[in-house]
Amino acid sequence: MAKVLMKGNEAIGEAAIRAGCLNYFAYPITPQSEVAEYLAKRMPEVNGVFLQGESEVAVGYMIFGAAACGERVMTTSSSPGVSLMSEAISYIAGARCPAVFVNIVRGGPGLGGILPSQGDYFQATKGGGHGDYHLLVLAPDGVQEAVEMTMMAFPLAEKYRGPVMIMGDGLIGQMMEPVEFPENLYVPPSNKDDWATTGMDKRGSTKKNIVKSLYLDPKVLNQNNLTLKAQYEQMKREEIRFEAYNTDGDYQALIVSYGTMSRVCKTAIDNMKEQGLEIGMIRPKTLFPFPEKAIHDAAIKPSCKRVISIEMSMGQMIEDVERSLKGKREVTWFGQCGGDIYTPEEVAEHVVSLLKNN
Amino acid sequence: MGKTFSRPEALSDAHTHYCPGCTHGIAHRLVAEVIDELGIRGRTVGIAPVGCAVLAYNYFSCDFQEAAHGRAPAMATGMKRVRPDLMVFTYQGDGDLASIGMGEIVHAANRGEKFTTIFINNAIYGMTGGQMAPTTMPGQRATTAPTGRNVEETGMPIRMCELLSSLATPGYIARQALLKPQYINKAKKAIKQAFEYQMAHKCFSFVELVSTCPTNWGMTPLNALKWAEDTLIPYYPLGEFKKPE
Repeated sequence: MAKVLMKGNEAIGEAAIRAGCLNYFAYPITPQSEVAEYLAKRMPEVNGVFLQGESEVAVGYMIFGAAACGERVMTTSSSPGVSLMSEAISYIAGARCPAVFVNIVRGGPGLGGILPSQGDYFQATKGGGHGDYHLLVLAPDGVQEAVEMTMMAFPLAEKYRGPVMIMGDGLIGQMMEPVEFPENLYVPPSNKDDWATTGMDKRGSTKKNIVKSLYLDPKVLNQNNLTLKAQYEQMKREEIRFEAYNTDGDYQALIVSYGTMSRVCKTAIDNMKEQGLEIGMIRPKTLFPFPEKAIHDAAIKPSCKRVISIEMSMGQMIEDVERSLKGKREVTWFGQCGGDIYTPEEVAEHVVSLLKNN
Repeated sequence: MGKTFSRPEALSDAHTHYCPGCTHGIAHRLVAEVIDELGIRGRTVGIAPVGCAVLAYNYFSCDFQEAAHGRAPAMATGMKRVRPDLMVFTYQGDGDLASIGMGEIVHAANRGEKFTTIFINNAIYGMTGGQMAPTTMPGQRATTAPTGRNVEETGMPIRMCELLSSLATPGYIARQALLKPQYINKAKKAIKQAFEYQMAHKCFSFVELVSTCPTNWGMTPLNALKWAEDTLIPYYPLGEFKKPE
């Protein structure tokens, strides 16, 4: 298929349809409203469901109800909206339903701002809602990867029977890039007859299915949560995705960066290479599970003197980087958290100054 | 002589956890009888609330989802939009529906979602232990209103049928009671009517059932029935408030 020029938000909407998700519920919020606007037009063309809910709280539960029926379903939102949906996400995780949530992150806390941010890293990877759960979190670095991750998110959600989040900073949603929709990423929906509330007639069963998250017996709740834990451990074995950039040879510093920030860092690395300075980078494509081993192994290379977590937040991912390094290397933070993004020149200047002072 | 009275197929063979004198059992049975009579058990999905009826999925023999506090109408919306062939009902109490879930029920009703809500109004929070509800009567004692509901501070009880009837979107809105056989017969008719409107993809349907909570009211079951008749029925009048054209 030929490439088409699309805005990230619209491409995410189209990717959902190509992935076989014909059910979309959302509430408008900048900077992701174009997904809803695109799908308001597009869903009727494919006999799909589009509904604008009355709040992100309600939308979260529309997703839950639809997912509990075993249908592929997605919503998109941005930071304050995802906070409101986090209640439902916790219930969906507890009730073990596959669903896809897209967060086109803007500045926070509170209303923050409407410019790109990665300030929801903690929310996405450490919880957001209450209780013992994780989301599988995918972090695209551009429109093409946003398309691919959206298409992959549905089968992943079904594989683990849980919510999957795509976390893209505002720029991913707002910028236009040429994209294609890889047909080979379409995976037919899994059979959900053993748990989903599809109606007994439809699945030819006399056994009722119950979708719930309440387990009053502590032993049963413990067992349910250990099942979730086993799945998160399986994710750590099977789903870790990352990109290693300029790490084959020796390098004096290692950058850890993701999303739009990693694109800037790549340019900075290319520019520094031209000046004769080798810098490596590990770019997590999954924020949970986190590529701990890749970062650890890249950081302990003898030539590597500094490890820098470069983020569009006040330093959130840095805690996972520190954890990955197991105390063998120090890691420092560099970034902005108001909506501006450092230029490649500013990144290079920072790296060079760190190495000089080393 | 043949069998003249038996458990509806849509009810499980289970002992409920409801207190003596509680009317949840009657409400469950009426809904189950209607499901049986319409022959829809195999394509019905109920949604349990947070509150005393959270375990309703143990007592019905059809598919069930369990909602968070007040969110059942949003879940029903999601379900009904993606599977319009399913028969969907929410079963919610007054704390769940009229307090924390006010937004969800109003907007679902206003969109004209084609599901049915069974609303149990017993003027108090049950499961959490007798706290004040939006439907608690003026002067009625609750654990969070120990000297009785002070309407100067907390406003007057909310009448959900009247509120929902004010929406311009067509719907079926009715209030009945579970206090005596005559009421119960009417309640069943209303529930059946509501499900029939849903079956015909006609409109949102809502049946409020004035109920009792002897435990949290601190009354015997018989006194609770009398108090509800004397106090609740005058404030929450019975009847059909709205029908589709």
